[in-house]
Amino acid sequence: MKDIKKRIAFNKFKDYSFRVLGLLSTFVGLALLFALIADLFMEGAPRISYKFFASFPSRFPEEAGILSAWVGTLLIMLVTAFAAIPLGVAAGIYLEEYAKKNWLTDIIEINIANLAGVPSIIYGLLALGMFVYFFKFGESVLTGGLALALLILPMVIMATREAIRAIPNSIREASYALGATKWQTVWWHIIPYSTGGILTGIIIGLSRAIGETAPIITVGALTFIAFLPTPPVSSDFPFISFKWLFDPFTVMPIQIFNWVSRPQQEFHVNAAAAGIVLLCMTLLMNAAAIYIRYRFRKKIKW
Amino acid sequence: MKKSAQKIRERIIETGLFLSAVSSVFITLGIVIILAYESFGFFMAVPVTEFLTGTVWTPLFADPRFGILPLVSGTLLITSIALSVALPVGLISAIYLSEYAPHRLRETIKPVLELLAAVPTVVYGYFALLFLTPLLQELLPDLSGFNAISPGIIMGVMIVPYVSSVSEDAMKAVPMYIREGSYAMGATKLQTAFKVVIPAAFSGIAAAFIMGISRAIGETMVVAIAAGMMPNFTFNPMEPVQTLTSYIVQVSLGDVPHGTIEYKTIFAAGMTLFLMTLFFNIIGFWLRKRIREAY
Repeated sequence: MKDIKKRIAFNKFKDYSFRVLGLLSTFVGLALLFALIADLFMEGAPRISYKFFASFPSRFPEEAGILSAWVGTLLIMLVTAFAAIPLGVAAGIYLEEYAKKNWLTDIIEINIANLAGVPSIIYGLLALGMFVYFFKFGESVLTGGLALALLILPMVIMATREAIRAIPNSIREASYALGATKWQTVWWHIIPYSTGGILTGIIIGLSRAIGETAPIITVGALTFIAFLPTPPVSSDFPFISFKWLFDPFTVMPIQIFNWVSRPQQEFHVNAAAAGIVLLCMTLLMNAAAIYIRYRFRKKIKW
Repeated sequence: MKKSAQKIRERIIETGLFLSAVSSVFITLGIVIILAYESFGFFMAVPVTEFLTGTVWTPLFADPRFGILPLVSGTLLITSIALSVALPVGLISAIYLSEYAPHRLRETIKPVLELLAAVPTVVYGYFALLFLTPLLQELLPDLSGFNAISPGIIMGVMIVPYVSSVSEDAMKAVPMYIREGSYAMGATKLQTAFKVVIPAAFSGIAAAFIMGISRAIGETMVVAIAAGMMPNFTFNPMEPVQTLTSYIVQVSLGDVPHGTIEYKTIFAAGMTLFLMTLFFNIIGFWLRKRIREAY
């Protein structure tokens, strides 16, 4: 009897210890996140000023800024969004609403799952071989944006599919019963009802793309750019120019990489400051995604 | 008349959507063709046996040597350091979240852990080089400024959320009555978790591990920043190493003319990387398919 009680006590003790260990393991990631943010802010926060946003990179750490980097990031994101959103949403709609269960659909599905697991730098090599040298886009904003678009395409497709799958069949049936065609059903019902989920997926995809460094380095973004791309709007005819698509560029993560790789401590401060800016961009986008998901969930009641 | 116009419109739209879906297949084809084409040029100049068995990788030197083993060993070394952090921590955290944690805590902590994946990897690299390495140097005085262990640990913590969330999903999919059976026999939560839930969710947990491996192999910036850029045929975590990914970064940063053998080396390294991750992705895919069939 005593033996059994002892065993029960021991087992309960083990159970309790594991609970503590589990809590600790769950919080390891959180601790890292806090340490990282604290370290960045302590190092970099004093460097952040209007001048830091408005200056080009420079040999002198105190004068260097992130102007060309954040403008480049913005332009790249524009290209990425324009390429990835229509293609990804269309593919998602096809797979959920139109695709028949056959070998071709199977191949597409397996392929998308596999693409999501391909390392980002491989997309860089693809863009280097295809966009830079085969299509001759050069080491330009267009190439960088398209490389990132291919990278987040699986994410956009999967988010679209998940959002569409959440729509109950009764909605489709009601639409068909009123004589709507397939596309009318998709356009007037499926797309509006899944907008929240799709938007959330797109924003999270773009926030991944904004921090991606490897594929952009591979396509040959320059680390030192002391000029801005051609402005898209001009005062002369035809007023709108697409020349910026073919201009060389740099982006935030590359600027950070460049500063981190230098031996001087002053540049590390710049890297921390730029890191804060980049981190704020991605965290804000993620917060927006969470908010949108929350809002749409509250609004729609089937 | 109107009817047939509508039919044509429907056909056109469906074709457009179909082409968008098929375009994803062309991305994969594009990757394979580009990697194969450029690597083929590389293997015309360098024998495959030298590439696969050589222990010196100095393609940018005056006397170039093309043995991929130092890059593979660097990749495997960093990957194993990352996994020895990520797998135990991720699994324990998944068990905790799935079997122990109160509902409220789980729902709050999961989105926060997802934020770990949102932090740009270049920021993690900064952190590994300028925070963790100096910290580790206090403990291990002869640790060099660039080393394998510091980026390995950071990468490990980075992939914990992936491992734990996929494993947790697998454990959550185990039906409640199986657990209840175990509790009814007088088992504690811990015994139930290890003897009942984990075996039942085994393929899902294995898929999570495989996913972690594939992610660690392909991770680039943390390694490029904090591990040094030295192809080093070693398994000593204190020394600087170079991985397949950070080699590609190093070459891309320099000015290597298109079409030269140096240019082609990054595609040969990329091909090696692609095949390694593909291997793990296929195993992971197969395992995930098995979970779906289980219940």
